Amino acid sequence: MNIPPELIHISIALAAIAAFIGLNGLVLVYLERKVAGFIQRRPGPYEVGPWGLLQPVADAVKLVGKQLVRPKVADPWLYWAAPLLSFTPIFLLFLVIPFGPTLTGMEFNYGLLLILAFTGLNVLALCLAGWSSANKYSLLGAARSVAQSIAYEIPLLLAVLAIAFQFGTLNLTEMVHQQGQWPWQWNIMFQPLAFVIYFLCAIAETNRAPFDLPEAESELTAGFHTEYSGMAFGLFFLAEYAYIIVVSCVAVVLFLGGWQGPGAPGFWWFLLKVYALILVIIWIRWTYPRVRFDQLLNINWKWLLPLALVNLLLTLIFVKI
Amino acid sequence: MTMIKKTPKQSTLQGIKSLFVGLKVTGRNFVMPQITTHYPRKEVSNLATYRGHVDLVPKEDDPMTSKCILCGQCAKACPSNCIELVIRKEEVEPPPDEEAQPDSGSKEEATAKSAPKKKKVKRILDAFMLNYNLCSLCGQCVQTCPVDSLEFSTNSYLAGFTREEFIFDLLERMRNKQKASSSG
Repeated sequence: MNIPPELIHISIALAAIAAFIGLNGLVLVYLERKVAGFIQRRPGPYEVGPWGLLQPVADAVKLVGKQLVRPKVADPWLYWAAPLLSFTPIFLLFLVIPFGPTLTGMEFNYGLLLILAFTGLNVLALCLAGWSSANKYSLLGAARSVAQSIAYEIPLLLAVLAIAFQFGTLNLTEMVHQQGQWPWQWNIMFQPLAFVIYFLCAIAETNRAPFDLPEAESELTAGFHTEYSGMAFGLFFLAEYAYIIVVSCVAVVLFLGGWQGPGAPGFWWFLLKVYALILVIIWIRWTYPRVRFDQLLNINWKWLLPLALVNLLLTLIFVKI
Repeated sequence: MTMIKKTPKQSTLQGIKSLFVGLKVTGRNFVMPQITTHYPRKEVSNLATYRGHVDLVPKEDDPMTSKCILCGQCAKACPSNCIELVIRKEEVEPPPDEEAQPDSGSKEEATAKSAPKKKKVKRILDAFMLNYNLCSLCGQCVQTCPVDSLEFSTNSYLAGFTREEFIFDLLERMRNKQKASSSG
């Protein structure tokens, strides 16, 4: 039997991605809580392991060990499908991200398109979760999530579209190749507005504070995942952190030069930039209060969308010239 | 305060500026030292100002007896009725100088026997019970005590599994404390 090498490559990549997502979940939980602690001038996790390093592991074990509970009136199929639907597309997203010059799961000419298409599935998952839980908080969270995600996808796509026009390709590896080693050769220097728009939309798309309305814990208990327990909640949780990594990775590829960096280009530069961006996202979460829903939509429709359109127009003019 | 109507442009710029101010505030706090205390390993420095449940104060010359004069004012003042004095009455022999009066006749001896009032009765504090389950820490007892025999303890680490554990005999507590401090 002849196994095509492509298949082996993708299988290894998928296994590595699974490990990466799991490990990253642990790292980000720890990072998030430590940063939150330091910003509030307390130590953060401290008791489990040295400097509380084993705290996320303990949390994960707890989540895995918990019983899965379904409300009696919930729709069984949709209820259990939602967390899976939220989690599984992530593997595809990571597959096309170029971590290094050759460190890509799958070279794909429409990598950017694939990422944008499959992140959209998350909205459906949140919607299903909220709807099938038969809980008013879940439903409200789902409604908010849909309104927010759809609204913020438009300026995000427009900002990314401008970049795609500029590079003339949708291949992520190709995009990185077009950017230089030094920070002033990175695309953020040419497209600062697009970066700001992309970054804001990315925070909103991943339901991070200050745009965490779908799961606003002070208003909606826990939003769409109110009824979920154990690993069902764990999958949503992992997915959420994975999406944060995905949007950071895409931002690094589009604007911050990918794996390119002074000295030795390689995946270390990529990871460094990704984690720096994630740190900024965490920093933002612990700085700003949650916006109101009308404010959320106003920012989008009145500011981000026109700005994204203007940016697209300017880019097109520059590309044409 | 005068309301100044801002143009949308002004308010937008101000809003964007305030975003950075916010980031600066949290960023500064991020690098500043922690201000919390790791409880089991460290203790707060102002523990002496903690006002826990009341404690009996020992006499200066005799650390095994309390200053308490058994007047019961504290128990009366307590709004939660959580103080109870267990008092034992003990007849004591009259002091030797009274006993050694040589000119006491037989008649007087008879009257002394028929009237036991003359015998001194000493009231002894057996236990000073404080039911901490009921105590509201108002401090009325400490304020009322005429001889300052009550004080607030700094016993902040108090935990137990049953209600009975919170019914203290303050006299015993005081003695144990004195024993511990004298031996240690």
